[in-house]
Amino acid sequence: MIKELHQKLVNGETTSVKLTEEYFDRIKKDDESIGAYLTLTEDLALRQADLIDKKIKQGEKIDLIAGIPGAIKDNICVAGTRTTAASKILDNYIAPYNATVAERLLKEGAVFLGKTNMDEFACGSSTEKSAYRPTKNPLDPERVPGGSSGGSAAAIAADLAVWSLGSDTGGSIRQPAAYTGTVGLKPTYGRVSRYGLLAMASSLDQIGPIVKTVEDAAIVLSRIAGEDSMDATSARSGGKFYEDYLNGNLAGAKIGVPREYVGEELDSEVKMVFEQSLKKFEKAGAEIREVNIPLTPYALAVYYILMTSELSSNLARFDGIKYGLSIDDEQRSADNSGTLLEIYLDSRRYGFGEEIKRRIILGTYALSAGYYDAYYKKAQKVRRMLREDFEKVFNEKDGVDFIFSPTTPEPAFKFGEKSKDPLAMYLADIYTVSANLVGVPAISFPIGMVKREGKDLPLGGQLMGKWFDEENLLNAAYAFEQLE
Amino acid sequence: MLLDKNETKNIAALARIGVNEEEIEKYRKELSSILDYFKKLDELDTDKTEPIGHITGMKNIYREDQARNFGDLGKKDILCNAPKVKDGYIKVKSVL
Repeated sequence: MIKELHQKLVNGETTSVKLTEEYFDRIKKDDESIGAYLTLTEDLALRQADLIDKKIKQGEKIDLIAGIPGAIKDNICVAGTRTTAASKILDNYIAPYNATVAERLLKEGAVFLGKTNMDEFACGSSTEKSAYRPTKNPLDPERVPGGSSGGSAAAIAADLAVWSLGSDTGGSIRQPAAYTGTVGLKPTYGRVSRYGLLAMASSLDQIGPIVKTVEDAAIVLSRIAGEDSMDATSARSGGKFYEDYLNGNLAGAKIGVPREYVGEELDSEVKMVFEQSLKKFEKAGAEIREVNIPLTPYALAVYYILMTSELSSNLARFDGIKYGLSIDDEQRSADNSGTLLEIYLDSRRYGFGEEIKRRIILGTYALSAGYYDAYYKKAQKVRRMLREDFEKVFNEKDGVDFIFSPTTPEPAFKFGEKSKDPLAMYLADIYTVSANLVGVPAISFPIGMVKREGKDLPLGGQLMGKWFDEENLLNAAYAFEQLE
Repeated sequence: MLLDKNETKNIAALARIGVNEEEIEKYRKELSSILDYFKKLDELDTDKTEPIGHITGMKNIYREDQARNFGDLGKKDILCNAPKVKDGYIKVKSVL
């Protein structure tokens, strides 16, 4: 999609300003019912679009993403723009600086339409935990778009943006992509700088694209990837243009299917679609093999211990003093002037939503004296063992190139269906958390439809690749996409 | 395993989250069921395994420890988010 639009801009068939205005028109017409956006950045967008149009007029060469309108998840800082992470505690926060990904995209001339809705601080799998409003799945408004990057995925599915950025800590890019029939990529840990991303769990978080096609994912990744002095965990990428690696050739590629992922309990219709997709991969020249990742049943527990621990630490900065909501003595009676401690307690009590508080308390418990060894340290040990499982499957003699599974055990669920039981909601992440725990890149793309209550709903397939092997991972997904 | 009420209260205090009696009861029950789920890891023998550090094996990355000057404009942008400001500083309640 991006390449076609780029051609139209360069040929003069349309202008970036026109294109941007079309998207704003559609957003104003459709987004009230969908709720993909929390904030629109119309002035910023039109300024940027105008700049690109002038460059084109002057015959300057522009980048593929230049002048193309996209959406940014609301936990990524855009300077001078409200950035809330869908939390009341940041209701009035104006980011004073750009996240590295935003800076890089702006430098290439990308146009930002606005900031998208999400589960508060990226904690959730349905966007129902946004402090503002839930986002609806454009394919069936009774169902969730997934989460936490549900706004970004819905914006793509409803054509309210050409490209979007999400963040993925345990599946928050891939699961909403699967639920909305779009493409979502979580890069290798370290591939993309996290500077300016409101941290959820720092050892798991990665920013990545949610888009319509695999090629678009490659194009966006190339613009945001690479080492950054502001994020010591970011890795060198060598300035690759990932879109140049898409040749659709899968001959001789080995794809592993973990026995543990497609067991008896998998829904029969989901299984059928999944098996058809394996045949497709074979048709493209790939060899399918069964592999073992024995520690799979433990991944979710490891994830929830580490994620809540890191979350509790990262969210300690929201204390009602430096920025964000502050419940202080102006809200109290004169004879009940608050102490510093009371400002902390009240600001956090009223600023954070239920799910955030639940997770902060859980993480605080897991890190507290006496329990640290039993939970946090134990989880970091099992995480190493899980990584060793993946190393065996990928790196041992005659190992596989990719691991393939459904992205989720089921298609998009209905609003309210899982909100009563936190553990049931957490199970939606079962196939996706391992990629974050071991750091490998993973992409979700549509593999077929299943029927639920008479409606056709998309299913996502997830390919995981080797560490820092995004070019081959994207090419494998591209090969699959070309067969459709 | 059901968490002790005082323990739940203590954890909420450590997390700096204000709670009332009703909420303590709610967190107690929810946390207990999730902690039970975490017990699954006890099935694994990890005595000989070291906890993992950086997941992609990256080693220390150094840079100069230098302050970045955001200038007066940057200072304004930062302080506009602070709940209380006095003479260009963030105002905090007395600690002692």
